[in-house]
Order: sequence, then C-alpha cells, then structure tokens
Amino acid sequence: MKITFAQGVAMALSEALASDPNVLMIGSGFMGLSPSARDLLNPVLRDYPERIFVTPISELGLAGAAIGAAACGQRPVVDLGTGSFILEAFAQVANEAANIHYMTGGQTSVPATFYSLAGIRGAGAAQHSGRMQAMLGQVPGLQVLAPGAADDAYGLLKWALLESQNPSVFLSHSLLFDETSEIVAGAAMLPVGKARIRREGTDLSIIASSIMVARALAAADTLEREHGVSAEVVDLRTIVPLDRETIVKSVAKTGRVVIADECPLSFGVAAEVAATLAERALSHLKAPVLRLAVPDVPIPYSPPLEAELIVTAEKIAAGALRVLGR
Amino acid sequence: MQRQDPAERVAAMLRIRRFEEQCIRLANEKRFPGHFHVYIGQEATAVTACEQLRAEDFIFSTWRNHGHLLARGAAPDRMMAEILGKSGGYARGKSGTLHIAVKGLGVPATSALVGGALPLATGAGLACKRRGAGISVVFFGDAALEEGAFYEAMILAQVWQVPTLFICENNSIPPEQRKRGQFTSSTLPAARLMDVPQSLQVKAEAVDGGDLEALSECFARLVAEVRGGGGPRFVEVRCTRWTGSFPLWPELPSGDWQLDWAFGGKPERADLATWIEQSDPLALYLKKIAAAKSLERSKVTAIDQRVKAEIAQAVRFALESPYPAAREAYENVWAGAKQ
Repeated sequence: MKITFAQGVAMALSEALASDPNVLMIGSGFMGLSPSARDLLNPVLRDYPERIFVTPISELGLAGAAIGAAACGQRPVVDLGTGSFILEAFAQVANEAANIHYMTGGQTSVPATFYSLAGIRGAGAAQHSGRMQAMLGQVPGLQVLAPGAADDAYGLLKWALLESQNPSVFLSHSLLFDETSEIVAGAAMLPVGKARIRREGTDLSIIASSIMVARALAAADTLEREHGVSAEVVDLRTIVPLDRETIVKSVAKTGRVVIADECPLSFGVAAEVAATLAERALSHLKAPVLRLAVPDVPIPYSPPLEAELIVTAEKIAAGALRVLGR
Repeated sequence: MQRQDPAERVAAMLRIRRFEEQCIRLANEKRFPGHFHVYIGQEATAVTACEQLRAEDFIFSTWRNHGHLLARGAAPDRMMAEILGKSGGYARGKSGTLHIAVKGLGVPATSALVGGALPLATGAGLACKRRGAGISVVFFGDAALEEGAFYEAMILAQVWQVPTLFICENNSIPPEQRKRGQFTSSTLPAARLMDVPQSLQVKAEAVDGGDLEALSECFARLVAEVRGGGGPRFVEVRCTRWTGSFPLWPELPSGDWQLDWAFGGKPERADLATWIEQSDPLALYLKKIAAAKSLERSKVTAIDQRVKAEIAQAVRFALESPYPAAREAYENVWAGAKQ
C-alpha cells in the first residue's frame, strides 16, 4: 500500500498506542500547520483520549515530564513542535534524558521520544527553521532519527515508540509530508542505525538525510537524464547511530561524493560524514569531498533571501558536476 | 508504627549525620576528587518524609542527595564507594556524589542541575497516575524556585493533577534571620516561598525543619492527600543552614557532632552552639524525647556506637573497593535491547 510521510507518522502513533498500553502522547500537534495532515490524527485523538495529555506551552517541562514518566515505566512521545523549540527543552533532553542511563550505571532506561518538526519549512525565519541534528548528535546517549521517506518515518517512529530503550529525537519535516512510498503491512521493524541506498549508481555518491534525500533523488534524476551521470543516493535515516560502513562502502565504489545537508555548514552532519571519509576512505577518493549545506547564517524571512540559502536539487546537481570535473 | 519508634528515628538521623561527617573527612584526606554537599541539619526532613513512602513510590533528589538516599534505605557502603568513584558504588563510579540513584529503591534518577529533577518528578507522577499506584516525591532547595523548570513542572503537575509532593528544603536561612522570624530565600524576591506555587493553585504550606514531630505530622497528612488523588502539594521546609555548610567546601566546625551537645554540653564554636540550640533537628528531637523519657540516654549512646561502626565499615568498604576498569568508561552509554 502507498502511504505519505504524514500518514506514516499518524499510523506509527496509532499502531503504537494500540499495541502497548504504556505508550502515551504528551501534546497532540505533531503535524504542525498543515490542516490536512492534522486531520490524519483525528482517529488517534478520538480513540485514545485517556492516553493523550493536553499541554501548556512548556517545552522544557514537557520534555522533562516525558523523561520522568519514561524512567518510571511509560513510553511517552512528546510533541515539541517546530524544530527550533527543542532548544527550549534542551536542558532536559541533553542534560537529563541522555545522561540518566550512563549516570545510573545502567540502572535506569529512558525510552522517551521527542518529536520535532525540523527544517527550513518556508517563511519560518530564524526562530522557526531549526535543524538541530548536528547539535543533538553531539550529545552521547541520544538517538537522532531523521527519515527521508514515508516508510522510514513509519518504521522509525514505531520502533522508537515500541522497541527503543534509549531516548530518541525524531526529526520530522513538514516539507516531506506529501512524499509517498510503498509499505508492506506487518513488515518487520527497521534495523535502526542502518543507512539505505535509495538509488544505486556508479559515478558518484550523494549522501543525505531528511528533506535532502528527496532533493538528492531529484538531482540524481536530472544528472542521469541531462548528463548521463549515474548517481548513488545514500539516505542516512539515522544521524545517531550513524552508519559509517554504508557511507564508506558507497564512496569506495563511486570514488566521488557530494554530502547534502540542511544543517548550517560548519560543525554539521556533513562535516562528520566528511571526516569519516577522510579517515576511512581517502584512498578511494578521486576528487575532494563536497559539502553542500546551508551557509552559516540565520535563516531570513523574505522569500528570495531564504531561497538563496536553501540547498536545492539544482544546487546538488551542479555540485555533482563540479565534483565530476564537468 | 514500628518505623516511628524514637529509637529508629534517632538511628536514621544519626546514620545520615555520621555518614556525612565521614564524607567530609574523606574529602579532607583527598580520597575523592569532586565538589560535594552534605545533608547535616536537614536529617529530620528526609527521615520523616521517607517514613510515609511505600516501595512503589518514586523519589527524586539533587546534588545534596545523601540524606534522601540513606533515609530511603540505600546501603551506606555502596553510597560511600560511589562517592569515592569506586566499582562498589551503585553506578560503579559513574555518578559520584552528585547523582546517586538506586532504581531498586524507587530512585530512578538524581539531577545535579538546579530544578532539573522537578519536571522528572511530575512525569513520574504521571506514570503513577496512569498505572494507578504510587506517588512521586521530589526534594529540592529554595534556589530551584529561581529556575523556569520549577514553574513548568508545577504547572504541568497542577494541570494533570498528578500525585506529586514537592518538598522544598529552604536551607538558605542563616540563624540570625531565623531568630528574627524571617524565612525568605537568599535571593528570591517572593516574601514567602509558598506564595509562588499557591499563585498556580497548588496547595502549599510551610513547616519547621528543626521540628521532627511537626515534619512527621505534615508529611503524614500531605502524603495521604497526594496518595488519595488530591493532586500535587508543595511544602517549604524551613531549615537553618548548618554552620559547616557555609564555606565553599563543607567542613566540620568543631569536629564530629557530640551526643553531649544534645544534653547540655556545647561545642567551642559559638555559632555552632547557637545552631545546635535553636535549629539542629537531631539535638532538638533528642532533648524532646529525653524530656518525655521515651528513650534513655544510654540507649542513644548505644545507637550512636552502632551507627558509627556501620559507617566505619562503609568507609572501609569504599576505600578497599577497586576503581572500575578504564574500559568501563564506554559502557552504559546505550541501554540494550528491550527484554
């Protein structure tokens, strides 16, 4: 059956609530400002009112309550709203959730999920366009899930809610809501920490996550159609754990790489992937690594200013041609 | 109730006090590296609060956690080993003094961030409410009211009506202020701490941290209300800061606390003598039970000897416990797969 990314999120929430009575929802936004996506949650809101907790605007408190409930046997998912808002909750997410298992010498687990609508969504300006995956990746003990496809959104969120024993940040993206993919009903849950080759290729690798996967796939189409270039697209799916093996393996095969990322360029996810390649795949590289990430500036409001900074499919295709020496 | 037997209470308070004294001695001997905080002067609070708790209840604490953990039943030897960073500790040396937690005793996590544990306690209360059993209790200092986390935790607790007892141990009060009847925090502009939660409709009250029987009555009532589904409660315990906790690093102003100081004797330091006379919950309780003739002094002496021997054994255990192997630094970052 074919589902959209937003349907995948709604299905994961609904199925997790149905299969484990310890799953609870703190907040019920999840779908941001999209009325049609919000409608997808109506059955969940109707079927599980006693498992959904209304919330004041209180990101730090909500995250902390989810952590406390998780440490005491519940499996909460907390809607932290727009990606930037996780900064309001950072003290609890980074300093409590991520540390508790380690600090207790393994006594206590925190299976809480922090759901965050990350990314440059359009007109969000500097305070509503947060992409915090690189910052979050600097916090040992925190899983960072950043799916780029509908089936992975479904699989990763369901896994976080039902199976994970560690705190997870699930990075959703409103511009991915209408992306579709096939899912098989009752399919096994994902192996987490495993990247996925979304398109096989031989001339260069494009490494991406979240919204950048869709743009990388579009760029790969253009490259093939207009330039006869065979690009491989690697979807990281999870930032932490990072599947370094698949990254190295793909670049060992193609010898050339563009890393497309929506974080600010410096100290970003792309930087970590590039460092991995420098350490483990330098001898395979036929050209320098190219990072295509958002320049190190706050996101502006005005459409032409915002457009200037976004890493588009066109920029990825042009970058790929540069790496190929064309 | 057996647990409210005066001998038990004296033993529980002495266990905390003697433990903390040895902790200060070990710090002076440079047996452990980090900064630390002691619970001397607040013993009656942890002891009487924990008397009301059941195995299914949860406790959250702060960097000043030794007293709460001991009152809950944690083993002094494993706690001291943890403080020394040894493998015999509850977290095999990963938490140290600041974050001691014992999940098996319902202490799932301890936060050394000011206000950090308050939202956790609200969430634990939510877990209790959902499973229909137990309450959560969080101990914190008056400075937590200066953090946003305090308000967020309090608002959520009230909106969700969770069974959570917020115990604010206001130990910022110097003896001279107490004498004048002033009980504000050191820096919070609120005239009375309980005005703050009350403005959010959380029922709040204050109790004297030097008066064990008042504390006992207060916690018995509040825990019953919270357990009965009455929603969260806030209580300010007005403690007077112990003389040895004023310096940046805790110290023993006149050596170990002497039993004789509860029976007419006085320490050399005048400020300590004043504190013991007016504010020491242990000395005040001993005076009271001596006056009531409910526990003979010889029995108190015997209890103290027994407790001292127990703590001495804990210190030996901690000193002899090996450090964890270096490779353990990499363990427990991630929890294993679901069982």
